[in-house]
Amino acid sequence: MEDDKSNPEPRRKFHPVYLLLLIPYIALLWVPFYNRIEPVLFGIPFFYWFQMLWIVLGVACLYPVYAHEERNK
Amino acid sequence: MSMDPNPVTLTVFLGLFALVTGLGFVASRWRAGDLSQLHEWGLGGRRFGTWVTWFLLGGDLYTAYTFIAVPALVFGAGAPGFFAVPYTILMFPLLFLAFPRLWSVAHAHGYVTAADFVRGRFGSRALSLAVAATGIVATMPYIALQLVGMQVVLAALGANVSWNVPGFGPVDVPLLVAFTVLAFYTYSSGLRAPALIAVVKDLLVYITVFAAIIYIPARLGGYGAIFAAAPQENLLLAPATDTSLGPQFGYATLALGSVLALFLYPHAVTGILSSSSRHVIRRNAMILPAYSLALALIALLGYMAIAAGVRADPAYASGFAAFGNNFAVPALFLKMFPDWFVGLAFAAIAIGALVPAAIMSIACANLFTRNIYKEWIKPGCTPEQEAFVAKIVSIVVKFGALLFVLELQSTYAIQLQLLGGIWMCQTLPAVIIALYTRWFHPRALLAGWAAGMISGTAMVWQLQLRTSTYPLEIFGFTFPTYAALLALILNIAVAAGLTLLLREQDKKDETAPADYTA
Repeated sequence: MEDDKSNPEPRRKFHPVYLLLLIPYIALLWVPFYNRIEPVLFGIPFFYWFQMLWIVLGVACLYPVYAHEERNK
Repeated sequence: MSMDPNPVTLTVFLGLFALVTGLGFVASRWRAGDLSQLHEWGLGGRRFGTWVTWFLLGGDLYTAYTFIAVPALVFGAGAPGFFAVPYTILMFPLLFLAFPRLWSVAHAHGYVTAADFVRGRFGSRALSLAVAATGIVATMPYIALQLVGMQVVLAALGANVSWNVPGFGPVDVPLLVAFTVLAFYTYSSGLRAPALIAVVKDLLVYITVFAAIIYIPARLGGYGAIFAAAPQENLLLAPATDTSLGPQFGYATLALGSVLALFLYPHAVTGILSSSSRHVIRRNAMILPAYSLALALIALLGYMAIAAGVRADPAYASGFAAFGNNFAVPALFLKMFPDWFVGLAFAAIAIGALVPAAIMSIACANLFTRNIYKEWIKPGCTPEQEAFVAKIVSIVVKFGALLFVLELQSTYAIQLQLLGGIWMCQTLPAVIIALYTRWFHPRALLAGWAAGMISGTAMVWQLQLRTSTYPLEIFGFTFPTYAALLALILNIAVAAGLTLLLREQDKKDETAPADYTA
C-alpha cells in the first residue's frame, strides 16, 4: 500500500526483531502440528499444554521487541 | 429452581458484594478529577498507569461470561472450547504494535472513541457514524451476556428470588438490585468505579483459579484421571478429510478473527485510551497474558466438571435444566469446595460481571454522546451537557440490557453476540488500517463496511444463527471459516477496488504523521 504523498510518514528502517511477533501466529494457527495427545505432560495431553506453554513463549517473543524500542527511544 | 441458600456461602458472597459497592462510590474521589467533563468521567482522566490498566483491561476483556461459557463449551464439546487460549495469546502482538498509535493520536486530538478518530482521520461524518453504531449495537448483547453470567451464579447461590410484576412477568430481584447499584455508582464515579473494583475482582479470580487447579485435581485423582474421564473423541479436533479442511481450520480462523475484532470493541478502546501513556499499553501487552493463563486453567474446569460427575448429580439437575452447560462450573464449585470458599468463588464471577458491564455501558455512552448526540443532534452542546448525556445513556444502556435478559431468552443474547464479533471486525479497515495509512477513500470504506456487515450477517443467518463457522466451498473442497474473516476479506476488497475507482478531490485529514508516534 502506498503512503499518502502529500503527507509522508517519517520512515523508520524495518528491524528484523519485529519478525519475532510473527512466530506465535505461525505456531498457534498451524493447528495440525499440535492437534495430538502425545506427549502427555503431568497427565495433560499435548494439545492443551502446548497451547498453554505459548502463553509464556508469546511474552518471550514480545520482550525483545519492547527492549529494542526502549533502546531506540 | 429450588436450591436452598447456604447461610455461610451467602454471607461471604454478600460481604464481598457490599465491599465492592462501597468501593464503587468511593471511586469518584480516587485521583479526583472534574467529573462533569467527558474525558474525566468516561476515560478516568487518561491517568491510569501500568498496574491499574492491567487490572482494568484484565477485568474488561476476560469477562464473567467468558469464565462461565468457555468451560461450559469444553464441558459440552471438548477441544473446540479451547480456542479462547490461542485467541487470547495472539491478541497481544497486535495490541503491542497498533494500539500505541491509537493512544497517541487520540491524546494529541482529544479523541474519546474510535469513531472520533475516524471522523478526524477521514473528515467523514457518515463513516464515523457507521463505526459508532456498529460499536453500540455489538456491545449491547455483550452486556446482556454479563447478566446471564450473573444469573447463573445467583441461581446457584439459591438467591434467585422472583417477583411477579403485573403486566410484565417475573423479575429476578437480586439481579435488579445488583444492576441498580451498578448503575448508580457508574453514574457518579464513571470509569474510576470499574477500575477500582477490578482490583478486588481480579484478586478473587486468581485466588479461585489457583485453588481450583490444585484442590480439585487432588480430589479427583490428578489430571491424568480427569482427562481419562472425558469422552476421548472430544479431546482433540477432528482432522481434515479428502473434501474438507475440517474443524482444525475453523478453530484457527475463529481464533484469528476474534483477535482482529477484540480491540475494536468499544470497551477495549475505552480501556486502552484511559491509560496514562503509550508505554502503559506496550507494557500491558506483556503482562496481560497472565489472565490468559487463568483463562486456560478455567477452561480445564470443564473437564474437571465431567470427572466430578456433576451432570448426573440430582442436586444440580434443576440448574442444568435452567442454564444448560453454563451451570457446569457453578455445580463443580458447589460439589468440590467448602461453603465459605464457594461464596468467594461466586463473588469473583458476579463481580466479574459488574466490571465489564460498567465499562461496556460507559463505552457505549461515550460513543452515543460524542458521535451521535454531539455530531448529529446537538452540535453546540457544552462539555457539561456532554458528560451529563453520557451519564444518562450509561444507565439507559444497562437497563436496556436488563430488559433484554428478563424479557427474551438468553439464546438471543448469545446469537447477537456471535453476530457482534462479526460486525465489529468490519470496522478494522477504517480504524486499524487507518492508523497506518490514509490511502482508502472514506466512501469506499463505507461501502466495504456495508458489504462486510451484510455478507457476514447473511452467512450466519444461513447457518440459523447456531454457529459462526461458515463452510466455504471452493471447487468441491470445504474450508470451514469464521464468517467474520470472510466478510472482512470482501470488505477490504470492495474498499480497495472503489478507492482505485473514486478520485478523492481534497483529502481531509486533521492528523499529522507525528501524532501517531508521540
